[in-house]
Amino acid sequence: MNDRLTGTPAPQTPAPSADETEVSLYEVRRKIYPRAVHGLFAAWRWGLVWLTQLIFYGTPWLVWNERQAVLFDLGARKFYIFGLVFWPQDFIYLTALLIIAALALFLFTAVGGRLWCGYACPQTVYTEIFMWVERKIEGDRAARMRLDRAPASASKFGRKIAKHGVWIAIALWTGLTFVGYFTPIRELLREVATASLGPWETFWILFYGVATYGNAGWMREQVCKYMCPYARFQSAMFDKDTMIVTYDEHRGEPRGARSKKIDYKAKGFGDCVDCSMCVQVCPTGIDIRQGLQYECIGCAACIDACDQVMDRMGYPQGLIRYSTTNAIENRWDSRQMRARVFRPRVFVYLGILVAVTAAAAVSLHGRVPLKVDVLRDRTSLAREVEGGRIENVFRLQIMNTRETPHRFKVSASGLPTLGVASETEFEIPAATSKQVPLRLQIDRGGVSAGSHKIDLEVTDVDDPSVAVKERSVFLVR
Amino acid sequence: MAEFTSSFWGVYIAVITVVSIIACAVFLKVQTTARVAGKVETTGHTWDEDLAEWNNPLPNWWRWLFYITIVFSLVYLALYPGLAVWGGALNWTSSGQYAQERARAEAAVQPLYDRFGKEPLVQLAGNAEARAIGQNLFLTYCAQCHSSDARGGVGFPNLTDPDWLYGGDPEMIEQTILNGRAGVMPPFGPALGGEGAKDVANYVLSLSGLASDSIRAQKGKELFAANCVACHGPDGKGNPAIGAPNLTDKTWLYSSSEATIIETVTKGRNNQMPAFKERLGAERVHILAAYIWGLSHPEATKAAAK
Repeated sequence: MNDRLTGTPAPQTPAPSADETEVSLYEVRRKIYPRAVHGLFAAWRWGLVWLTQLIFYGTPWLVWNERQAVLFDLGARKFYIFGLVFWPQDFIYLTALLIIAALALFLFTAVGGRLWCGYACPQTVYTEIFMWVERKIEGDRAARMRLDRAPASASKFGRKIAKHGVWIAIALWTGLTFVGYFTPIRELLREVATASLGPWETFWILFYGVATYGNAGWMREQVCKYMCPYARFQSAMFDKDTMIVTYDEHRGEPRGARSKKIDYKAKGFGDCVDCSMCVQVCPTGIDIRQGLQYECIGCAACIDACDQVMDRMGYPQGLIRYSTTNAIENRWDSRQMRARVFRPRVFVYLGILVAVTAAAAVSLHGRVPLKVDVLRDRTSLAREVEGGRIENVFRLQIMNTRETPHRFKVSASGLPTLGVASETEFEIPAATSKQVPLRLQIDRGGVSAGSHKIDLEVTDVDDPSVAVKERSVFLVR
Repeated sequence: MAEFTSSFWGVYIAVITVVSIIACAVFLKVQTTARVAGKVETTGHTWDEDLAEWNNPLPNWWRWLFYITIVFSLVYLALYPGLAVWGGALNWTSSGQYAQERARAEAAVQPLYDRFGKEPLVQLAGNAEARAIGQNLFLTYCAQCHSSDARGGVGFPNLTDPDWLYGGDPEMIEQTILNGRAGVMPPFGPALGGEGAKDVANYVLSLSGLASDSIRAQKGKELFAANCVACHGPDGKGNPAIGAPNLTDKTWLYSSSEATIIETVTKGRNNQMPAFKERLGAERVHILAAYIWGLSHPEATKAAAK
């Protein structure tokens, strides 16, 4: 691994001067003023901003079965996602979701580099939104730099106030929306309106509000560079066939400014006109022409910027493009490069991803909206009752996870003459767990003394496909 | 417990804690103010071919975080009982917090209990909502001994039949739960001897019409009249005032086998039903008593429900 990938400080750290005897470990941030960028990849990013944010801000407002469609009710430990109601016993599905998310990250990263970072990560998305606000109020790169250098004035102050005001409004709405996934958002809004928010709701709204404002407004690329663990371990999924934002050195060098009219090839120039547009648009403030760097979040802003310059110069596009280390080194065309997408690493990630997704989907589809726990009574293991029968007592914990009340019947099998002596049918209210005592009896003499395996089956009276079978034991003395 | 503890360990812990925190602060101060002259070197270790580490002082943000942590710990120890010798300025205790949360929860359900508490037990037994609460209470507090189905077990009375040791009025059941019961049958082994106990056992079997040795039963009858009638009555029908069981019915708390009856007669029995007044409170017991009375009066609960 080369040192630019691992981020060894040595090459970038300025050599200590004579009077400077130590290098500060904390690099003072130089504020980055990214220039606005338009083009194919910027359009993709905006598309994803719209998509993810419509989902994020919109979902809590959807209604399903006269309740909030997506609600994670931590107090009642019920997790509603449209028609599904998850109970704590269904936590395995959260595990599956996390495994799927992790494997998808591996797969996308192995194939296309830091696609997540560049297009979908909330840090990128909110930075994009906040920068749009900033541009609308303070102007583009040059105007912002001028404004920051300008002496204090009423107009400067006004613009700054306006910008932060809008940022804070967006941030608070984001915090409110987030908490709206855990507390019904309409109630939450009413509580905000009447200033009757609970202490935890207040805390979390402010917490996520401050996090959004701080991360997207102030921290920005520092989150990716210093705080984010994914940024660092994604490089472990890179190889020489991973598509990354790459500057084509063979084509671009030697770089230099030139007149559009001259025959630059005759003068010994490469295609790079050294206009520094790629540096100006970079949200992390790096120069992509230095090769792959750990700061690069793969947003492809430099590709859009460079393509526009190439168009103006009348050169072919793609001096900076999505390419792989192998393709650049060996000067492959795009077909050769794409053929290398189908490599073992990709197949392994894809295979596991498909398997886990399919398993989770099948399991979710076949999920029975009924859970049963069987507890044997420990007081009397086996008791004799009238008619020479032997009785065992159980307690059934029946959980009706649907949002309608249902009648269930219980039956027992596994031993001759085994039967239920207590009530066999009971109604369980909607989304409720109920304890039901159960007495089972067999004829004495039919079976030997000791422990016998039996099956208890609980079935929905109206819908026999909803049934759960549980094993237990029947004791005979 | 006081004789097992002394203030020494509290002081010991407090001194170690405070000295450690102050030492951290002093150490941090000393280590971050001294400057080493000359060029910054690396620590000399190299990993993965080219990864080296500068031997620099702590970055400021880290240093200040450390100081903030120290201040936080001191404030925390002043407010909360972190040092064994100091209970904290806020007087916070975990049991205090529990009591507080419990009081809040109790206050939330109090209106319900107030309403049920006014209803007579027989009427309450027909209230479906009260029965559901009663069943929950029963399964939580009573089922360990009396079984989930309330039919008891060896030594634990069946609560669903019409046979009651202390009488089956709902008010009596409530008293039993509130104050508990101690059912004591004294041992008669020394007084009767082995043969005598067997004779009495056969007489007891004959009382409820079970197979018995009639000669032994005849002998046992005299012994019974001399030893047992004080509690079980001359006809063996028992006495609910002291919880002496009726020996003429088909209900057996232990077993109807001859061997078990001999064991009971010889060694006596000591049965304990704990009092639940303190644990559950009178309001919950009221609901529980109605539920339990309803178990043996299914028609009454149905009638009341209408």
